Amino acid sequence: MSKSPIIEVHNLTVLYGRKPALWNIDFELPEKKVIGIMGPNGSGKSTLLKSIMGVVSPTSGFTKVYDQELDDVRYKVSYVPQRQDIDWDFPASVWEIVAMGRYQKRGLFKKLTSEDKDIITDSLEKVNMLGFAKRQISQLSGGQQQRVFLARAIAQQGDLFLMDEPFAGVDIATEEMIIALLKDMKDAGKTLVIVHHDLHTAQSYFDHLVLLNTRLIASGPTNEVFTDKILTDTYGGRLTTISKISQELENKEFPIRHK
Amino acid sequence: MNDFYIIFTASLVAINCALMGSFLVMRKMVMIGDAISHAVLPGIFIAYYLSGSTASLPILIGAALSGILATLMIEWFTKKARLQSDAAIGISYTLLFAIGIILISKFGANADLDQQCVLYGEIEYVSLWLQPIIGSFSLPKQSITLLIVCIILIGAVVWGYKGLFITTFDPNFALSTGVAVTFWHYFLMSGVSLTTVVSFESVGAILVIAFLSGPPAIAYLLTEDFKKMLVVACAIGIFCSAAGYYIAKWLDVSVAGAISSVIGLVFIIVFVLTSVVKSKADVISA
Amino acid sequence: MINIWEHIATFFSVENYTLFVVALGSGILCFAAGVVGTFTYLRKRALIGDVISHSVLPGVAIAFMLTGVKSPVYFIIGAILSGLLSIWIVDYVQAKSKLKPDTILALTLSVFFGVGIVLLTKIQHSGNAAQSGLDSFLFGKAASMGIWDVQLFSIIAIINVICIALFLRGFSLISFDENYAKGLGFNISFLKAFLALLTVVTVAIGVQAVGVVLMAALLITPAAGARFLTNSIPKMLSFAGLFGFLSGIIGVVISYSGTGMPTGPWIVVVLSIFALTSILFGKKRGVFARMKLRKSNNVKINNENVLKDIYKLAEDGTKTISISDLVEKEKYPLNKVKGILNRLEKDDMIDQIRGLIILSDQGRIGAREVIRKHRLWEIYLSKYFQLDVDHVHDDAEGIEHVITPEIEKHLIKLLEHPETDPHQSKIPY
Repeated sequence: MSKSPIIEVHNLTVLYGRKPALWNIDFELPEKKVIGIMGPNGSGKSTLLKSIMGVVSPTSGFTKVYDQELDDVRYKVSYVPQRQDIDWDFPASVWEIVAMGRYQKRGLFKKLTSEDKDIITDSLEKVNMLGFAKRQISQLSGGQQQRVFLARAIAQQGDLFLMDEPFAGVDIATEEMIIALLKDMKDAGKTLVIVHHDLHTAQSYFDHLVLLNTRLIASGPTNEVFTDKILTDTYGGRLTTISKISQELENKEFPIRHK
Repeated sequence: MNDFYIIFTASLVAINCALMGSFLVMRKMVMIGDAISHAVLPGIFIAYYLSGSTASLPILIGAALSGILATLMIEWFTKKARLQSDAAIGISYTLLFAIGIILISKFGANADLDQQCVLYGEIEYVSLWLQPIIGSFSLPKQSITLLIVCIILIGAVVWGYKGLFITTFDPNFALSTGVAVTFWHYFLMSGVSLTTVVSFESVGAILVIAFLSGPPAIAYLLTEDFKKMLVVACAIGIFCSAAGYYIAKWLDVSVAGAISSVIGLVFIIVFVLTSVVKSKADVISA
Repeated sequence: MINIWEHIATFFSVENYTLFVVALGSGILCFAAGVVGTFTYLRKRALIGDVISHSVLPGVAIAFMLTGVKSPVYFIIGAILSGLLSIWIVDYVQAKSKLKPDTILALTLSVFFGVGIVLLTKIQHSGNAAQSGLDSFLFGKAASMGIWDVQLFSIIAIINVICIALFLRGFSLISFDENYAKGLGFNISFLKAFLALLTVVTVAIGVQAVGVVLMAALLITPAAGARFLTNSIPKMLSFAGLFGFLSGIIGVVISYSGTGMPTGPWIVVVLSIFALTSILFGKKRGVFARMKLRKSNNVKINNENVLKDIYKLAEDGTKTISISDLVEKEKYPLNKVKGILNRLEKDDMIDQIRGLIILSDQGRIGAREVIRKHRLWEIYLSKYFQLDVDHVHDDAEGIEHVITPEIEKHLIKLLEHPETDPHQSKIPY
């Protein structure tokens, strides 16, 4: 592993009610790579991204970005939430959504400068959505919605991108466009962490893979970890021991040790 | 002049509720507004009983306190007792409302408060308490409070627009960029409580709920731009206030009831029209 | 207070006929509402009860305007029709627009109620002498209940009980998981409509007793309280019905004990007290039960940690150590450790003699058990979790207290009876 990991996840455990979403996850991720996070449904992929972004608070353990607390380096990190989590009937235009990417830099109370507007325009152009800037988001297709979210993340001008299922339910043209964009971003020195579920494309998309099934199965360069054995472990169902322990924790309301 | 006083007062309530209601509608939290508007009753009565007057300030404080009590109760039920949220809302406001009614019946035999006024207000009588402004021009006392709150709310929405907007549309993204989502939640809830409390006195609980949910819902069907939605909701609220008042006068019925009915009527018209337009558009694209 | 007792005495002597009738009627009504409301609660539709109760008003007013008489039968028919209309509108608008349920509920209830008030004020201002009874739909008038009402409430209660008994499985399924029920081939829309009908009928009748605002409480509050006492739906139905029945009676007795005391609100207050009591004191789910559980967890964790440390300090329990050793080496605060030691002594795990701690056989076994669980968990983690050896200790510190004998057996089998942990320490069996 490289000397300075861009993301460090240390003994991370997240419980959602009765079920552990993540249990004792421990890994580090290298810089300037396209990294895939994979695992079956409900294996904690989204929760992992959310914990790194501070959207979900861990039950125990911690995560670090650039070897620092997230709050100190937030400006370097862009997050693309899952498209399905949002109400796309919201009365807002494409431009307004992408403009949110500049709120962090400019603050919530200052007007956006013409520099910000240039950046927003640029970001929309990169995802081929400039022509849709004034469109209402309710009129977009799934692929277009995803592009808008990508544009918002690009507008944040971070170095590290965390994307939750950007390929879910998008058309082929969008998928190809996003892949091309990811390659460009990687060449520009960005790091991309992507939650993904299609095994067929994993090898061609990612340099590095993290395989999850509530616990960490493997983390490493794609050619090393994309093996039959590891894939069987990943998609081979949940561990009964963990289910039993988590049931005990929930029923008896045991505290999980904080470190 | 009486017509103007009543319509002016109702319109101010409409604007306040439209501003807050638009955010509640988008955040799926309208029923909290419903709960608060019923739960303020015991606070209002206790304040009235202790201060012995119907002066606005003590009543406002009492109402605000029981509004806060209601939100705390709902939170305690959901977080500490792990009760599902719909039941937490239902139990909290019915209990507070029941206590309010008991207090009024027991100790308020000669109070100006009565059960009917709680539900549908006494906007018909706003012109009984006038406050001279300039020369012979005067305004109902209640409308002055409402006007002040209206100015505060417009200021708050303009000042906090981006924060309210981003936390309403995509709270997870907002959190990820370091926005204090909890702050904006309480910021909005304070506005909602303030609105409910000051409006309650003049128009009653039912019209507050109608104003919180109706005009924003209608505006939401009509526009696809949140800023426009805020303005349209205010305009619809004002229109319904005026139309409702004249209908009430014509038919000799309750003003609050008539305004609610007009809101319902406008909603039905808009709902049908937008459905027709939508299904036509579907035909064309198919 | 004395007044209340007097009334209870009168109540049981059945001298006060009105009180008896009103109390019995309210009890039966609240019973019926509590039973039906259990499903409203389980389906997380607490607020729909609120919508229905506000929505019956225009139906009642229209029934009066059409017939011109104050007949309960017409009122109830009107109330049921407008209640059903409100539910249909809520469902229809939800299916056909982008509006979210909470907005539709709030809008529907306020508009229906507004129309009701318009009609009501119209009737009042038209000077019809018979209109006085209509007010009872707004705020309820349990006091004017007659024996006829009691009969009606009883019929409704019996119908509710029979229907729920017949359709218990169907109703339980649609409350638990609608899609699953659909998959099993149940007629979901029929079950939903039937449940809605029962709810509307109950509300339409109950509104006269407690009024529109408080009717929602009659449906939801008993069920919420019952939920904290049991996990079984039939038991929940019984508790909810019982809470309703008792609250109805107690509420009426209290309201009769003073002048100007309204009945409906008192019923709701009593109901809320029942619910709060179960929420606080429920045996398993109650707030205090959970607090106690958490406290006993902490006691267990402290006991086991101290026992383990004594065992280790005493070099696997072969030597005798002093309390000061324990305080110095493990950094326990003295006053805290004394309490824990006394507890351990009481459990026969250790003996304390003049500041010395001697492990008993039982204590040695107990300590070894904790250490064994700790080390087993470390092996498990390093085998299945891709964790480095130096990352497994912290988690095991917590989990060692959670592992039950059953899970321990399972672990030993899974790990094939291991001899040493990842740090090469022996596992004490």
